[in-house]
Amino acid sequence: MNAADTAFVLICSALVMFMTPGLGLFYGGMVRSKNVLATIMQSFILVGLVSVLWAVAGYTLAFGKDVGGVIGNLDFLFLNGVGMTAGPYSDTIPHLAFMIFQCMFAVITPALITGAFAERMKFGGFLVFSTLWIFVVYAPMAHWVWGKGWMAEMGALDFAGGAVVHMSSAAAALAAAVVLGKRKGYGHMPFIPHNLPMTVLGAAILWFGWFGFNAGSALAADGFAANAFVTTHLAAAAAALSWIFMEWRHSGKATTLGAASGAVAGLVAITPAAGFVTPMPAIFIGLVGGALCFGGILLKGKLGYDDSLDVVGVHGVGGTWGAIATGLFASINKAQGLFYGNPSQLWIQLASVAATWAFCFTASLILFKLVDATIGLRASADEEDRGLDLSQHNETGYQA
Amino acid sequence: MKKVEIITRTFKLDDIKAALSEIGIKGMTVSEVKGFGRQGGHKEVYRGAEYQVDFVVKVKIEVVVEDARVTDVIGAATKAARTGQVGDGKIFVIPVEEVVRIRTGETGDAAV
Repeated sequence: MNAADTAFVLICSALVMFMTPGLGLFYGGMVRSKNVLATIMQSFILVGLVSVLWAVAGYTLAFGKDVGGVIGNLDFLFLNGVGMTAGPYSDTIPHLAFMIFQCMFAVITPALITGAFAERMKFGGFLVFSTLWIFVVYAPMAHWVWGKGWMAEMGALDFAGGAVVHMSSAAAALAAAVVLGKRKGYGHMPFIPHNLPMTVLGAAILWFGWFGFNAGSALAADGFAANAFVTTHLAAAAAALSWIFMEWRHSGKATTLGAASGAVAGLVAITPAAGFVTPMPAIFIGLVGGALCFGGILLKGKLGYDDSLDVVGVHGVGGTWGAIATGLFASINKAQGLFYGNPSQLWIQLASVAATWAFCFTASLILFKLVDATIGLRASADEEDRGLDLSQHNETGYQA
Repeated sequence: MKKVEIITRTFKLDDIKAALSEIGIKGMTVSEVKGFGRQGGHKEVYRGAEYQVDFVVKVKIEVVVEDARVTDVIGAATKAARTGQVGDGKIFVIPVEEVVRIRTGETGDAAV
């Protein structure tokens, strides 16, 4: 046990917790004012819902002793045996610290999906879907990559959640867009963000919290944490720049929403790589990440699906690029990518990307259909017109 | 009595208020309104998607005055609000049947 590591991981857990309400603001500013509370709520309440699910059964399914490479056993059900001494995943911090750090990742991942079904989802359907998704999709993914499951055995590199957090939520987001369909009026009515200062504040909170997300994933207050901190920051910075230059060329002006979106895209892209690459490749990963994700959101318009707040464009494209880039640029922390003489790492990364998309999309699609067929997913046309704040929560964000 | 309704660019509000105060206008009602005229709307771009915004935000200033002062008010407001570009707005003059000062019960010109 190490006091510095313990302190560091606990502080990082708090930083990651702060990201989810931050995400609520990031998304909340982008919707129309009649849906601002419902959108913020979908992030905020997941801090409640998923934390409880995680302690009861999620943690053990993800991090219990491996069963066939697929899932964790029930040793840690109700946090049995998860205590103040070191656990199986780190010798230097209490098992409880590891558990709560991982809890915050489980919280934010389904919150990321909410951007795809924003402005048209029933609150009850959302809660049931999120509950099922944590057990059926998130816990297995976390187990495969970080809980000594088959992806880890295969040698896939995912430092802080390119696959577990970003590709998984983006695949679910795509499934949501497919099952729920477009918002009323999408394509012939303007859908204009109602409060971009709120969105920029949310992006700033995400950026701040991401230091905990990525540097904390070193699970120690050491050089790898410092490296992840620096690569995280540089990638976000570079992607904010590349996004605004792309849109400047594309539509004539650099925008604040573009700077905020670009920073998030860079943070996503560096997530799987943060502990495996050095600072200069991180800048490159960010530059390319910002540009690719901007391309991703343009593609949405061409494909015609309504992923309201671009979860696929930002987290799907950014997460996929980050996983591939890890296979190219990994050079530290006992990892080598293609450019450091290990081409097989790239193939492993590609296989993990394909498996993550295929599993998460299919499983999420089934869950959405299941909830849709039983309690229903989509708010009625009238509820959607009145806005989810009033129709789902009996309140409004702003008084006239 | 007439009500003079001035609908114009929001950033001209302070100039118009000053110009009207200068000629002795003691009160006005101001609201933020949206609409369109010859100026049309403008485009806004969010994440690469272009939207035509038809309703432009304008300020509406309402002043009620005795008939004799209408010309002065229009003159002062026009001078203060004009930029010469499309979108300067319009002034409407509307007859007012009665005015009542709630505190004293005074009516007509005395209440303006």
